[in-house]
Amino acid sequence: MTQTVSRPGAGAQQVPLPLDVGAIRADFPILTRTVRDGKRLVYLDSGATSQKPRSVLDAERWFYENINAAPHRGAHQLAEEATGAYEEARAKIGAFIGAPEREIVFTRNTTEAINLVAYALSNAVTAKEPEFRTYAVGQGDEIVVTEMEHHADLIPWQQLCERTGATLRWLGLTDDGRLDLSNLAEVINERTKLVAVTQQSNILGTINPIGEIVARAREVGALVLVDGAQSVPHQPVDVTELGADLLVFSGHKMLGPTGVGVLWGRYEVLDKLPPFLTGGSMIEVVRMEGSTFMPPPQRFEAGVPMTAQVVGLGAAVDYLQALGMAKVEEHEKALTGYALAKLAEIPGVTVIGPADTVARGGAVSFTVEDIHPHDVGQVLDDLGIAVRVGHHCAWPVVRRYGVPATTRATFYVHTGYDDIDALADGIREAQRFFGVAPSGDSEGATS
Amino acid sequence: MQLESMYQEIILDHYKNPHGRGLRDPFDAEVHHVNPTCGDEVTLRVKLDGDTVADVSYEGMGCSISQASVSAMYDLVVGKRVTEALETGEHFMTLMQAKGDPSVAEKLEDELEDAVAFAGVSKYPARIKCALMSWMALKDASARAMSTTAAPATPTGGHS
Repeated sequence: MTQTVSRPGAGAQQVPLPLDVGAIRADFPILTRTVRDGKRLVYLDSGATSQKPRSVLDAERWFYENINAAPHRGAHQLAEEATGAYEEARAKIGAFIGAPEREIVFTRNTTEAINLVAYALSNAVTAKEPEFRTYAVGQGDEIVVTEMEHHADLIPWQQLCERTGATLRWLGLTDDGRLDLSNLAEVINERTKLVAVTQQSNILGTINPIGEIVARAREVGALVLVDGAQSVPHQPVDVTELGADLLVFSGHKMLGPTGVGVLWGRYEVLDKLPPFLTGGSMIEVVRMEGSTFMPPPQRFEAGVPMTAQVVGLGAAVDYLQALGMAKVEEHEKALTGYALAKLAEIPGVTVIGPADTVARGGAVSFTVEDIHPHDVGQVLDDLGIAVRVGHHCAWPVVRRYGVPATTRATFYVHTGYDDIDALADGIREAQRFFGVAPSGDSEGATS
Repeated sequence: MQLESMYQEIILDHYKNPHGRGLRDPFDAEVHHVNPTCGDEVTLRVKLDGDTVADVSYEGMGCSISQASVSAMYDLVVGKRVTEALETGEHFMTLMQAKGDPSVAEKLEDELEDAVAFAGVSKYPARIKCALMSWMALKDASARAMSTTAAPATPTGGHS
C-alpha cells in the first residue's frame, strides 16, 4: 500500500525534542500509575488541567507542615512566615510574566479573574468614589470578544452587557481557524470600552495576533484583557511585550495546584477598579456607615487567601523556569508538528484548527468520520489515553465549524512522541472497533 | 479490553439502524434536550392516544450511546400507557445507577428488553447521562402532552 500524504512535505518526523521527557516524567508521581487494567497512562489532557510535579506537591505539604497560618493577619511567628511565603510567591509569579508584584492579584482561577474585571466594570457605574467610575460601562458602550473565546471569557461579558445595557460585539473566525481581522477597525471602535481576547485558543490551538488587536484598541482608548489560560503555561509571556492592560491565567494548567489563578493588571488600571468581592483584609477603614478599601492587589483579595496553593504555584513557576519557557514552547511545537502529520496520515480524521504549526499551540482538536467524539474518547480511554471530548467550553467554535463536538489532545512538558504514536494507534483502533476504517488507510506504510 | 461490556452488539445495531427515527406529525408535545457537557442533542415528540403513547418520534445528534438509547426507548414505550412508559424509565434509571451490578440487570431484563444491554454503561459515570438523555426528554414531553391534551386551551408548558 502506498502512503497517502495530505500535503507536500507532511511526513511525521521526529525532530530531537528540547526537553528530556524521561527525566521529566520521573518528576510526576501520577505518571507511574496505570489505568484501565494495567495500561500506561498517556495523559493528553493538560489543556483541561495539568499534572503536578513532586516539587509542587512538596511545597504545599511543606507550607502546611511548617508555617501554616493566615497571611496578613496576626503578629505571631507563623503568621509572619506564612505572609512572607505568600508574598515571595507573588513576586516570583509576577517575575514569571515580567510584572511587579503589586500588579499580581490572586483569584480562584481564570474564570474568577475575568468575573472580577467584569463585575468591577459594572460596580463602577454606582461607585461613590469618582476614580472608581473611570471604566464604568453603560448603554451605548461596547464590549468586544472573539468567536473563539472559552465560555469563561464570553459569558461574563454577555452578563456584563445584560447588567449595564452595553452591547457585545465579536470578531469572527476564518475557515482555517484564525481570527478574522478584516473588520477589526469597525468592530473595535470609539464606543469600545474593553476587548477580551484569548492569546491561545483552547480548542483550535490558534495563537492570536494580540499586538495588532492592542494597537487598534489603543487608537480608540479601549482596555484589552488577554485570556492567558492556554498561553502562559505553554510559551514565554511578558506583559510589557504583550502590551495589554489585563492578563488572566490559572495555576492548575501550569503544573500548579487547583484553586489559584492570577489577574495581572497595569497598576494604573487596577488602581481605578472598584472591588468585586468584599470583606476582610481588603479594607482600609471600616465604620458602620461605610468603609474604604486598600490599594491593589489587596483590594481584590477579600478573605483568607489560598496561601498553600499560591506557594505551590510558586514552586510550579520554579519548575517551569528551570526547564525554560522557550524550550517548553519549542518542545510543544515539535510535538504539535508531529501530531498534525500523524493525524493527516489517518483517512477520515479532520483537524479543526490551523493545519500547520505557524502561530499555533499544542491543542489539537479533531473529528473522526462516522465516529462521535465521545466514542473515540471511550476507545482511547480503554487504551489508557486521556483526552478531552465535547465542545471544550467553546460551543460557538464547534458550531462555527459545523461539528457537534471534537476530540482534543493537548501536550505538555512530559509529553513525548510515544504518546502521540499511542494516540494515532488509538484512533485507528476506534475505526476498527466501530467498523468504519475508511479505504486508502495508509497504516503500515513506511516513510 | 472492556469496551465490549459497554458497546454491546445490540447497542451498536440500534446506533447504526435506529428504530423510529425522524420527526412525525401529528404530535402533542415537542421538547429539545441537550447534554451541556458534550453538546449531544435530541428533539423528541410525543403523540398520545388517550393515556397511551401512540408515537414517539425524534431527531438528534450525539454519541452511539445516546442515539442507541433513544432507539431502544422507542421500541419499549410506543403502545404503552404513559404511566407504564414512565415507570419503565424509572427502571432504566435504576439500571444506570447499578454501577455494573449484574443482579440489577437480571431483575430488569424482561421489562427493559434491548435496553438492558445498557447495563455496561453504568460502569462509566461520564456516559450515564448520554444513555439517560432521551428518557429525560420523554418524561418532559409526556408531562407536557398530558397537560396539553387534558386542557387543550393551555399552551405547551402551561404559561399563559
